[in-house]
Amino acid sequence: MPKEYKTPKLDELEKGPWPSFVKEIKLAAKKSEMSNDLLGQLEQSYNEKLGHWKHGGIVGVMGYGGGVIGRYSDLPDKYPSVSHFHTIRVNQPSGWFYTSDALRTICDIWEKHGSGLTNMHGSTGDMVFLGTTTDHLEPVFKDLTEAGWDLGGSGSDMRTPSCCVGPGRCEWACYDTLQRCYDITMRYQDELHRPAFPYKWKFKFAGCPNDCVASIARADISVIGTWKDDIRVDADQVKTYADEGLDIFNDVVLNCPAKCMRYDGEKKEISIDNKDCRRCMHCINVMPKALRPGVEQGATILIGAKAPIVEGALLSSVLIPFLDIDDEEEFEAFCDLIEEMQDVWCEEGKNRERVGEFIQRVGMGNFLEAVGVEPIPEMVAYPRDNPYVFYEDFYEDEDE
Amino acid sequence: MASFEYNGKAVDVDEDGFIEDPSVWNEELAKALAEIEGVTEMSDDHWKIVHYLRDYYKQFGIAPMVRKLCKETDTPLKRIYELYPSGPAKGACKVAGLPKPTGCV
Ligand code: SF4
Ligand code: SF4
Repeated sequence: MPKEYKTPKLDELEKGPWPSFVKEIKLAAKKSEMSNDLLGQLEQSYNEKLGHWKHGGIVGVMGYGGGVIGRYSDLPDKYPSVSHFHTIRVNQPSGWFYTSDALRTICDIWEKHGSGLTNMHGSTGDMVFLGTTTDHLEPVFKDLTEAGWDLGGSGSDMRTPSCCVGPGRCEWACYDTLQRCYDITMRYQDELHRPAFPYKWKFKFAGCPNDCVASIARADISVIGTWKDDIRVDADQVKTYADEGLDIFNDVVLNCPAKCMRYDGEKKEISIDNKDCRRCMHCINVMPKALRPGVEQGATILIGAKAPIVEGALLSSVLIPFLDIDDEEEFEAFCDLIEEMQDVWCEEGKNRERVGEFIQRVGMGNFLEAVGVEPIPEMVAYPRDNPYVFYEDFYEDEDE
Repeated sequence: MASFEYNGKAVDVDEDGFIEDPSVWNEELAKALAEIEGVTEMSDDHWKIVHYLRDYYKQFGIAPMVRKLCKETDTPLKRIYELYPSGPAKGACKVAGLPKPTGCV
């Protein structure tokens, strides 16, 4: 007879119209004693305002150094079924496209070996399987790989790369995010499964500057689609938007961060000074039928973002302003650059220092020199507003 | 606390099987720990890694970064996983009797 926990605090989180993880855990608790004990321990944590998971365990499967995160309860006698509650990261398909068969297989495997609870998806992009015991790790790994799945990254390795749905569903994709995410995942299997970096190393692929995977805030390497030429304008559609009542002047033109748009209210015509455009997507998002990215498409490569864990948050900064990443040769060049950066960071980086922090410590100039990339104005966040530009050529003769 | 038995003796280990008191380590214990980490026989290459880890730990009080381990023992990462299938952190460090590495190796 399974224990029944009274959970008044957790019950609060079932109220309201939105999804509730408590509802889901309760559902799983009908089948799994592990999920049931999880409810008990969580309610106690809420009452005491104290977490009851111990810090970090080291568990894994043979051949891999990452993919499993060890977790143990510090109240194993009271909640024996969660005395082990390890998390498994499973590499998601590019863009999170599944067949329903695939999902059923995954859920069956997980109900057999774990709590049945999943997190679709974790902030890394992986499917996260919540809660299993050490002796189930090898069997669940075996079942997963037999069904064609693999573990994702964890610890100081290349984390599972992730991407937006890109050309799979989205008209704004400026390159094939799905393909490139897959290519990087397959090419760097060793780096993904066998941690050997100073700290984590994350790749995210967004098809356009809307950046639906938030790569600019979270990935060490952000690959964000963009275009080189002019925004395509469908003049008839602009008129239609105007006739349908869109306030083009206030809602589009005035919100353009580059102030590079003009609107002729009489003729109902938009003009864009494309050399000043920042490729922010604002105008395109508001008038998707009238405006589209240009045809010369590719990606901007940025480096160094991280969430605020060890030190503060960082946004990534431009490393390569434009790369035709769909092109095989340019993709190879991108991979060479990745490997170059890995080497420099691994050689000089401190333990638990993200590449962004490393760059802050040694200086962007030195970093660029070490990886063999020329500094250019596109790397400066506000080139036109920033008076602190140091022209080496200018100073060299007089001051040295 | 869990305990691990080998040759009729018992030592205290944590829930991941790392020995609690590094001073009780000896080669016999290492061999026994190696077995649960999928190592059937401790070769010279295995010992080289273990001795390097122990020396480094004695000197600096922590485990070395993986890259350093590879470099200084002249062992590519792939080879380390051949020697210790559960990897440098969970496998080699455990056999070497180091306290559980936190996030680095
Ligand atoms: S990032 Fe751009 S291309 Fe990708 S899904 Fe979002 S809007 Fe579409
Ligand atoms: S993309 Fe952004 S910067 Fe460019 S024209 Fe549109 S609103 Fe202005």
